[in-house]
Amino acid sequence: MYQTTYHRPATLAEARSLASEMSEAVYMSGGHTLIPAMKSRLAAPEHVIDLRRIPEMHGISVAPHNVYIGAATPHATVAASREVRGAIPVLAGLAGSIGDRQVRHVGTIGGSVANNDPAADYPSAVLALGATVHTDRREMAADDFFTGLYETAREPDEILTGFSFPIPQVAAYAKLRNAASRYAIAGVFLARLTDGTVRVAVTGAGNDGVFRPAVIEAALSADFSPEALDGIEIDPAGLMSDIHATAEYRAHLVVVLAKRAMQNPGAAVVLR
Amino acid sequence: MARISIEVNGKQHEREVEDRTLLVHFLREHLGLTGTHVGCDTSQCGACTIHLDGLAVKSCTVLAVSADGAKVKTIEGLARDGRLHPMQEHFRLHHALQCGFCTPGMIMSAIDLVQRSEGELDEHGVRHGLEGNICRCTGYHNIVKAVLAAAEEMDRAKLSIAAQQG
Repeated sequence: MYQTTYHRPATLAEARSLASEMSEAVYMSGGHTLIPAMKSRLAAPEHVIDLRRIPEMHGISVAPHNVYIGAATPHATVAASREVRGAIPVLAGLAGSIGDRQVRHVGTIGGSVANNDPAADYPSAVLALGATVHTDRREMAADDFFTGLYETAREPDEILTGFSFPIPQVAAYAKLRNAASRYAIAGVFLARLTDGTVRVAVTGAGNDGVFRPAVIEAALSADFSPEALDGIEIDPAGLMSDIHATAEYRAHLVVVLAKRAMQNPGAAVVLR
Repeated sequence: MARISIEVNGKQHEREVEDRTLLVHFLREHLGLTGTHVGCDTSQCGACTIHLDGLAVKSCTVLAVSADGAKVKTIEGLARDGRLHPMQEHFRLHHALQCGFCTPGMIMSAIDLVQRSEGELDEHGVRHGLEGNICRCTGYHNIVKAVLAAAEEMDRAKLSIAAQQG
């Protein structure tokens, strides 16, 4: 790791002013993507601004129609939260399926969503549930937030502070994990919202990161049942091909996972 | 450089460290606590697992400076009055180590797993709970046996403490 200077602001204002004063500064939350990237010298920020001591970044609260989760909340906290388990059980299940126990104790929802890794779990939940992304200066709809591979609509000095997830009628998640890296080869999050809208998001498979598969959404909007997916095919164009799976394999897998999710409402199903 | 103060195994340590120093290197090189190992150095293998403010974490993926003010427990801090922690004792009894390299991390993870598990642990729960720890000798069979036996003893100890406290 190259030399860096660490900062631990106590307020959002302090964090922002540090970021604007310093060149080559990055925000850090759990650091479980950033620190490995710095160790391998893929990232070499001159300044690291740790956001975890800022009170506004924490907390889980449930309102009648939504669940709010502070951006610096670790995955293990979401997974164990009675409030989240009660309101959106699949969200707790998804959080409990990320990485391993030790990683879940440190990695955070805000870090995962801001990083927008094409194989990360949380972006699919944020997009499928149509969550609102809260920052230090605005609120953004999930549909406007994810803009490409590791790319989001976040400004360089903007701080994600939390996420507001609408409580759906029903939602589910299914993924196939790579046995070595534990990242999703593909993952499908689907939800039927209270107004009956069906939203589906796919992670791990898209060349441009998380996306909504129109054909699956159309099929489930017409008939919200596992059988509605029989005979549905996804176009492999635009899907990732790598040493783990071809685009054709992923196209097939996405439909299989959508069906598994439909068969297990409320659950986060992990295939390995 | 930063001046940090960390409580490790009940003892307060103040040291000057580079901001880039990883917690595992702080423990091993600055404090000489070499029981915590560096295996993969990529957050995969779990050999560097310690308890940071009571949670099992991979100390190769934490900056020492970010642990300023925290409480750390390492494998060296488990034994009491010359007696091994039940998890250490059951690893010994069940021959749960072959080369021993993964053992400190396995034990720190397993203690966290037992302390935090809801309900009774079974074999599947132990295997799933230890997925962040890799044994290069593939000696998982006896590791699982040791953790299950230690879990039983730790639960019994908890019950008897609760009974004594009335």
